[in-house]
Amino acid sequence: MEPSQTANVYLPTFILILMATLMVFGALLVGKFLRPSNPNKLKQMAYECGEDPVGTAWANFNVRFYVIALVFIVFDVEGALMFPVVAVFRKFMEVGSGGAVLMSLLIFIGVLVQGVIYCWKKGDLDWVKSYRSPKELKK
Amino acid sequence: MNQTIVSYIEHLTDKQFGFGITVALFFLAVFLLVNVMAIIGGLGTYAERKISADIQMRQGPNRVGPYGILQFLADGVKMIMKEDIIPTQADKLIFTIAPLLCLSGVLASLAVLPISSGFTLSDLNVGIFYLLGVTSLVGVGVFLGGYASNSKWAMLGGMRGASQIISYEVPVTLTILMMVMLAGGLSLNTLISGQTALPHGWYIFHNPFSFIGFFIYFIGALAETNRAPFDLPEAESELVSGYHTEYSGMRFAFFALAEYIEVFVVCAVATALFLGGYKVPFNVGGDGPIGQILQLVIFFSKSFALYYVVIWVRWTLPRLRVDHLMVICWKYLTPIALFNLVGATLWVYLFEGRSIYLILKHFAEAHMVGGGH
Repeated sequence: MEPSQTANVYLPTFILILMATLMVFGALLVGKFLRPSNPNKLKQMAYECGEDPVGTAWANFNVRFYVIALVFIVFDVEGALMFPVVAVFRKFMEVGSGGAVLMSLLIFIGVLVQGVIYCWKKGDLDWVKSYRSPKELKK
Repeated sequence: MNQTIVSYIEHLTDKQFGFGITVALFFLAVFLLVNVMAIIGGLGTYAERKISADIQMRQGPNRVGPYGILQFLADGVKMIMKEDIIPTQADKLIFTIAPLLCLSGVLASLAVLPISSGFTLSDLNVGIFYLLGVTSLVGVGVFLGGYASNSKWAMLGGMRGASQIISYEVPVTLTILMMVMLAGGLSLNTLISGQTALPHGWYIFHNPFSFIGFFIYFIGALAETNRAPFDLPEAESELVSGYHTEYSGMRFAFFALAEYIEVFVVCAVATALFLGGYKVPFNVGGDGPIGQILQLVIFFSKSFALYYVVIWVRWTLPRLRVDHLMVICWKYLTPIALFNLVGATLWVYLFEGRSIYLILKHFAEAHMVGGGH
């Protein structure tokens, strides 16, 4: 392929994002001439089933969300690291060194599985930690 | 193999275009594709209501146009006439850009959508990886939309959305890794070219692991697009409307549009990865424009069939509870996906990448030759 083509292949991405921006702001702009605008205090209040909202919603989150995010980051990074390996796995097999790649991949996945088992045993994968069976509670 | 739609047109007309014409052609193609997708998204809402009506033995929309098919246009007009409300306590900048993030994430993923071998906007050599990357923008949009509203319902919806989308990305990524291994390349054309038009060569029937992988991908994709039974971020009976509680008018419409287009995108990716993509049986039509249109028809039919299944699932299964959702993701789908990945790796290594059909065929041929003599 020519070098000019390799630069061009990313053009549609930018055009699509531009198109999305145009769509959002264009529709809001067109709507500006059509829609009514009678703001009042009640209308602009956060919805809380008809009650006056108490305090802000930007409070402390439950720590479970952070644990999920941490576990996700571990897995996603490992996934991103495995992508190049699996993409060339068959080419490595063709030149006869598939076994080495296979072994390294298996070791890598083995470490990943250890991570899952560790999180599982620690109870980080349970959404509600106290939700254990009575048998487990007796231990 | 054509890399972009422009290089396909160059190949067809035997010309070389300059940079300006290339950009203009891309603009035209993108404009067409975005419009088609917007109509698909609009018709998606119509199909959703009509199919749900069918399942629940109701009529569904039937007033606007023949069989109510113009309902989505009426909805659009209604949305654009609605007052645009930004809550006083909201974070205005993030509130404005959240629908934009959702929509641009979904639209950017259209760049690699392999609708046919020539009409693909751009067949990036990192195709599926790019697709995974840009669709994560939707998760960011959902979370920021919930956060910026500064409303408790929206906040809860946004938090649930973020945790659900990132959790289900893990089994989906692992399943896609498996398919990349079978195909030996990241570009979506490479992924499709390893398959045949008829079901015996589809990757879903390549080996037992990819058969399981299809269902893992489909479940994960349902969860990533916040579709029922995984529609916890916008659970209307628990969280009013979830992350878009405070959005009204067009801003809400963009969230809805992004969701419906994303459902189509994940159906299209499932088609490309597992169901043979755009391959036409016996290569009818060849590489010319007629062949391309046949490929389009095949690809869209398969994707719409999956779209129907998505809607059907939504109106059949009840919503999950939030702890069950996490248990299903981390304790079932992720270990199964890891097992699948190992299994498929061993399969490719031991059988040198042959599918179960080819192995059976070789076995049968060898047996028949041996028995005949």
